[in-house]
Amino acid sequence: MTESDSTVRSVYIWVCEGTWRASVDAALNLAPAGASFTLLHVSSGEAPEAARGAYAGLLGRAGHDPGNRLAELAEASAGELLEAAARRLGRACEKIEIQTQGHAERTVVSASAQADLLIVARDGDQARLGPKSLGKTTRFVVDHAACPVLLVWPRAAPGVSSIPPPPPHPPGPQDPQAPQAPQAP
Amino acid sequence: MLAWAVIRPRGWPEAFAAVPAAVILIAAGVIPAGQAATEIRQLAPVIGFLAAILVLAHLCDDDGLFRACGGWMARTSAGSPRRLLTQVFLVAAVTTAVLSLDATVVLLTPVVFATAARLGVRSRPHVYACTHLANSASLLLPVSNLTNLLAFAASGLAFGHFAVLMAVPWLAAIGVEYAVFGRFFATDLNTGNMGPGGGRGDQGQDAGLPVFTLVVVALTLAGFAGASAAGVNPAWAAFAGAAVLAARALARRRVAPVALVRAADLPFLLFVLGLGIVVKAVTDNGLGRALAPLLPGGTSLPALLAVAALAAALANVCNNLPAVLVLLPLAAPSGAGAVLAVLLGVNIGPNLTYTGSLATLLWRRILHHHGSAPDLGEFTRLGLLTVPAALVLGVLALWAGLHIVGG
Repeated sequence: MTESDSTVRSVYIWVCEGTWRASVDAALNLAPAGASFTLLHVSSGEAPEAARGAYAGLLGRAGHDPGNRLAELAEASAGELLEAAARRLGRACEKIEIQTQGHAERTVVSASAQADLLIVARDGDQARLGPKSLGKTTRFVVDHAACPVLLVWPRAAPGVSSIPPPPPHPPGPQDPQAPQAPQAP
Repeated sequence: MLAWAVIRPRGWPEAFAAVPAAVILIAAGVIPAGQAATEIRQLAPVIGFLAAILVLAHLCDDDGLFRACGGWMARTSAGSPRRLLTQVFLVAAVTTAVLSLDATVVLLTPVVFATAARLGVRSRPHVYACTHLANSASLLLPVSNLTNLLAFAASGLAFGHFAVLMAVPWLAAIGVEYAVFGRFFATDLNTGNMGPGGGRGDQGQDAGLPVFTLVVVALTLAGFAGASAAGVNPAWAAFAGAAVLAARALARRRVAPVALVRAADLPFLLFVLGLGIVVKAVTDNGLGRALAPLLPGGTSLPALLAVAALAAALANVCNNLPAVLVLLPLAAPSGAGAVLAVLLGVNIGPNLTYTGSLATLLWRRILHHHGSAPDLGEFTRLGLLTVPAALVLGVLALWAGLHIVGG
């Protein structure tokens, strides 16, 4: 065990709005002793750009573009989020804040190349087990990560009974060799 | 020429291009000076009205109205992204209707973003709600959008009559947006502030509701309907409302006179004037004749649908401001119903692209020094889901309203 533990040196925690606590807690509870921690936050710049676009759509106005204000707010908010995550972690850690223009998921994947373990929280449907419990961005990261991924539920995982029953066996010609349901004697 | 006026000046005050263009057109005799003067006389009251609304919204912001809205949204949403979206829809729809789409885009959007950040939820659905509702929720009142002010002047409707006819289309458009947003942003809306410990702690101090400001805005609103019913230009009510708030703010030294002038955005007002003359010249010299056969007459349901679709298409090609200037003289002879259908098209249509028109979008692509814009495909999908449905339902509601209330 000690040998496999020693391979996990660098643990990256992907800090996202809403779900970051579960990721930090997972790092505290599940990461091997002696690992170093990196808190990673990626802003896609989508909200400021949407505001800039809407303002550009208002033909002829000049000088009141709200996009810059949103960009400032986004930067401040990302900084606060990383601070809060670092406080919750309560260990020495590195904080990485990256601003991208769209495609945050690709930035996270690039960062995962430096990591021995990436901690990711599910961010979709929290009511049942299944593929919808991952949003598009998170799924891309899980599918493409360049290191092992620890995928956690932000809240208690839903029960196994939340999986819908399997579909009835398809009748018909595509599988004529299928065993028939046992006949009542 | 129109495209030149729309695209060319992006990045520095548009008036620098639109006003000289108008002057050149007049000097070259493309548009007779007499007609240009008539156009200016028609546009001047509309532009004055617009200036008053811009100042009114700015003073509301100075008085903390939007900060108070942010506090209210944060409290009542109790950390749930879905409930925050509902509150944002309420606030953005009312802000757009009463204080114009400028107020929603410039003043409300940063507050909404800050509120989402403060609650620790993803801001995407809420910011997009602001940008979408700035367009689709600008149907209700003549003051909600400059396009409405122009159409209001052309339609000959009273303020109250306009609002009654547009109320159900307004609600229909907002309803479509709400239904689509709830599904489209399901992932973001399901990702509340989760996990033990909830909330990021800093609830901040909530600004109190500026009651005086709210009362003045409400009285101004009543003044619009009252003045219009009494045959007085409702712009005077806007002036009165802005004057009361300005006098109070100046007396308390909360705002400098320079800031008020800046809020009125004089370059923008000049731009509208210049654009009006350029569009008039282009319309009179062929564009009007070219478009007239495409625009069906009458106010039957198919005619209204076609008018709204054409208006939406034209708004998407250039921008809704030139589009409405081009289409109003063509639609006005068919009556108020056709004018309002044009408005449905030019107000809802711009949501197809995130910059309101292809011209602006292309121009921004060219100007974009810093990498790629946000996920265009996703925003366009959102537009395709909302715009056609909102247009069809809006026109249906308008058509029914015209039959019940009368145009």
